[in-house]
Amino acid sequence: MSGEIVLELRGITKRYPGIVADDHVDFDLAAGEVHALLGENGAGKSTLMNILYGLTKPDEGEIVVKGKRVTFSSAKDAIEAGIGMVHQHFMLIPVMTVAENIVLGTEPTREHVLLDEAGAERSVRELSQQFGLAVDPTALVSSITVGQQQRVEILKALYRGAQILILDEPTAVLTPQEAGELFAIIRSLKEDGKSIIFISHKLNEVLEIADRVTVLRRGKRIDTVPGREATEETLARMMVGRDVLLRVDKKPASPGEVALKVEELRAVDDRHLEKVRGVSFTVRRGEIVAIAGVDGNGQTELIEALTGLRRAESGAIEVGGRPVLAPFTAKRMLDAGIGHIPEDRQRRGLVLEFNLAENVALHDYDKAPDSNWGWLFPAQLVRTAARLIREFDVRGGGPLTLARALSGGNQQKVVVAREVARNPVVLIAAQPTRGLDVGAIEYVHRRLVEERDSGHAILLVSLELDEVLSLADRILVMYEGQIVGEHAAGADEQQIGLEMLGGRKADAA
Amino acid sequence: MSEAAAPTANVPPEQEPSTDFVVRLGVAQRAGGLAVPILTAVLAFLAGGIVVAATGHNPWTAYHGIWDGAGFNWLFNIPWDTNTIHNDAYNLSQTLLITTTLILTGLAVAFSFRCGLFNIGGQGQYLVGLIVANWIGCSFASWPTLPHVVLGIVAAAVAGAAWAGIAGFLKATTGAHEVISTIMLNWIAIWGGQYLFGQGGPLQNTYNPAAPESGTIAQSAHIPAFWGTSELQGLDYGFFVAIAALVVFWLILNRTTLGYEVRAVGFNAEAAAYGGINVRRKYIQAMAISGAFAGLAGALDMLGYLTQFGVLDIQASQIGFLGIAVALLGRNTAIGTGIAAFLFGGLLFGTTHGLNSNVFDPVLAGNLTSMIQGLVVLFVGADVFILYLWSARRKVRRQRAAEAVPT
Repeated sequence: MSGEIVLELRGITKRYPGIVADDHVDFDLAAGEVHALLGENGAGKSTLMNILYGLTKPDEGEIVVKGKRVTFSSAKDAIEAGIGMVHQHFMLIPVMTVAENIVLGTEPTREHVLLDEAGAERSVRELSQQFGLAVDPTALVSSITVGQQQRVEILKALYRGAQILILDEPTAVLTPQEAGELFAIIRSLKEDGKSIIFISHKLNEVLEIADRVTVLRRGKRIDTVPGREATEETLARMMVGRDVLLRVDKKPASPGEVALKVEELRAVDDRHLEKVRGVSFTVRRGEIVAIAGVDGNGQTELIEALTGLRRAESGAIEVGGRPVLAPFTAKRMLDAGIGHIPEDRQRRGLVLEFNLAENVALHDYDKAPDSNWGWLFPAQLVRTAARLIREFDVRGGGPLTLARALSGGNQQKVVVAREVARNPVVLIAAQPTRGLDVGAIEYVHRRLVEERDSGHAILLVSLELDEVLSLADRILVMYEGQIVGEHAAGADEQQIGLEMLGGRKADAA
Repeated sequence: MSEAAAPTANVPPEQEPSTDFVVRLGVAQRAGGLAVPILTAVLAFLAGGIVVAATGHNPWTAYHGIWDGAGFNWLFNIPWDTNTIHNDAYNLSQTLLITTTLILTGLAVAFSFRCGLFNIGGQGQYLVGLIVANWIGCSFASWPTLPHVVLGIVAAAVAGAAWAGIAGFLKATTGAHEVISTIMLNWIAIWGGQYLFGQGGPLQNTYNPAAPESGTIAQSAHIPAFWGTSELQGLDYGFFVAIAALVVFWLILNRTTLGYEVRAVGFNAEAAAYGGINVRRKYIQAMAISGAFAGLAGALDMLGYLTQFGVLDIQASQIGFLGIAVALLGRNTAIGTGIAAFLFGGLLFGTTHGLNSNVFDPVLAGNLTSMIQGLVVLFVGADVFILYLWSARRKVRRQRAAEAVPT
């Protein structure tokens, strides 16, 4: 990393309502350097990179490329300044060939109007040989592997003349072998003088590839350290910050009978890839079982299968000792006694244009006393909502206020109120504190513990290891669609972290 | 703990509720509201007036002529003279006759809109209802009036529901977009009707084989008029059926679990599914109910005053499409649809048969109606655009403010 500084971000600040995504973040990048950006979910990595790539505008701060101050109003500006980004989710057109995808937007032409197919293939082939990115330019994107698709994305950026490459969680979708190949590619790019920003929350990868590491936490730059001097421990401390652990005040659990029993559950995602691969576990009354894991390891699909929002391919589910008959529809799971605080309250948990009374009735509007023979009783909806608003201390509106008008924390209280008031056998809480402020987080945590103590079974799914460690009585670790580890409360964080990253599997191999 | 709170300490603990004007207007635009539709109508009439002026006519005279032609002046001539021998009373009764149809074709669009579906197939569902009502009306001639009319109305509503239900079913099972499938179903209804009523068609009249027209319904299937006489196309009791349909529309949406489900799906299908609602089934049901309204419109027209229909009439009919403008202007609410239907009913009759041709050329007036209809649809689309411009302008202003801060 002896090269000149090619990129500087100075004092970048981006505020969203109620949250500061990036708070005066400084960052710089030298020619031929791999600079890792490390942080938890929501630490501000993505926002920072979206600003650098022209997708978002910063509220404050400046971007300096090769000594010149620039403002990007779109990704096009960033591309012209020599910045390329490989997103976590690829932006490729599956029905087109590799070469067509790469030249898209800057197609070589014959006679000014015709696509020069052969020319495109030739330049792609030259480019892929130059950087050792083996990929067949004539293959259809739909027919190549995920690892190869990623190479196509990298080639696309290089084709457009990128000197600075942003790789957003590039290994999240790769197998360990593919990741190894990616690292080889990164090294060859480095030798060629390209600069790479490597975004990740996997410590071992960062240590393996990065020349320097910048750690973000809650929108602030904690420190920038040379990769050589860093260790997993020091990086983890900077990332999580020991002192920020939200310790929840709770008594030891006294688990009762089995409330939820899942056996050999399998589910696929929207692309028909198997994301839940034979998951079995139980949750007892009076205990909080947490599922820990890195995002994208099948947690979302597992919850959706358990709540009937995604049809399970196979497997058995028992709720409160009684088997639920397949197919597991949303209605059937609700009636069996499953409550669900969904991951995204605005997209799924609430109908924002409904008032609170209507939102509170979302599961039970079709039963007495909310309705009878298909007739709805709005006055009853309002009465129920008024009671819950009081009990759960929802502020900022009454039963007739639109859900949209409430703050995030109060919206979440409405969701929690509705789910808890149904008195479910099992309460599934998915990322229940995402995007909430400290006060609301404490509230939700306290409620979950209260529910546990009153004899309900809680299944917590969270990407925040903090939250898992502080709330759970039992921890299951999910990796690539399978439960790879089980731990009692107070287990070793290191071991869990290792398993979350597939560590145990790697050891076994 | 105190460390944890530090980074967010300067942020207000509760997110500001979005009482933003644009957000509120956006909600009003979707769920009702009064200001925007009134402004839309006023703008459409103003723009229409400018065009009239540009063609060298006096817009005031033109609108006054249409006003009188629609019979709206009758409302202000107190004491009211209900004898339809007189022009203004007759004009108003005819305006209300068209209003009857427009209420129902408007509701047909509005109901599916509330479920997040755009039913362009009102015309086809209307025709299917009209054809079925004609068929029932020409059969069972020995029946007494009440059961005959009721059978005709119910059968037409069911037929309309089934016709629209096809589009709902396709949407639910294959994801086929309802805009495409309802447009195609329109054409099937139009060509099917031309076959049925055309020469040699099963429903062609028996008395004049040369005329491609349907048979005339039996006297027992005729809905009696209560204002004016049946011979002079008086206003029939179907008007009250349409008014009742407005009430039913409101009741279904606001007082039944079905309406709750439909609104939930319309606002946020994902949240509805999470609530345990079978979204696909709602698509089918909402389309079917929409189609029932349109089918009902066809029945009331056929049994009320048309009594028979020709191939050329099928080709000329537009009333189902007008329902789209009615629903858009009426903001998909019961009361709004009622008012918008009355407005368009007056506009339709006031620019055609009701218009005194000495005051304003009916050809120009007819074009004016089409233009105002088009402008309403345009402006309804435009207020989304206006909302967008508004928020974009604010964003730019905020950005400028941020850039103005010296670094």
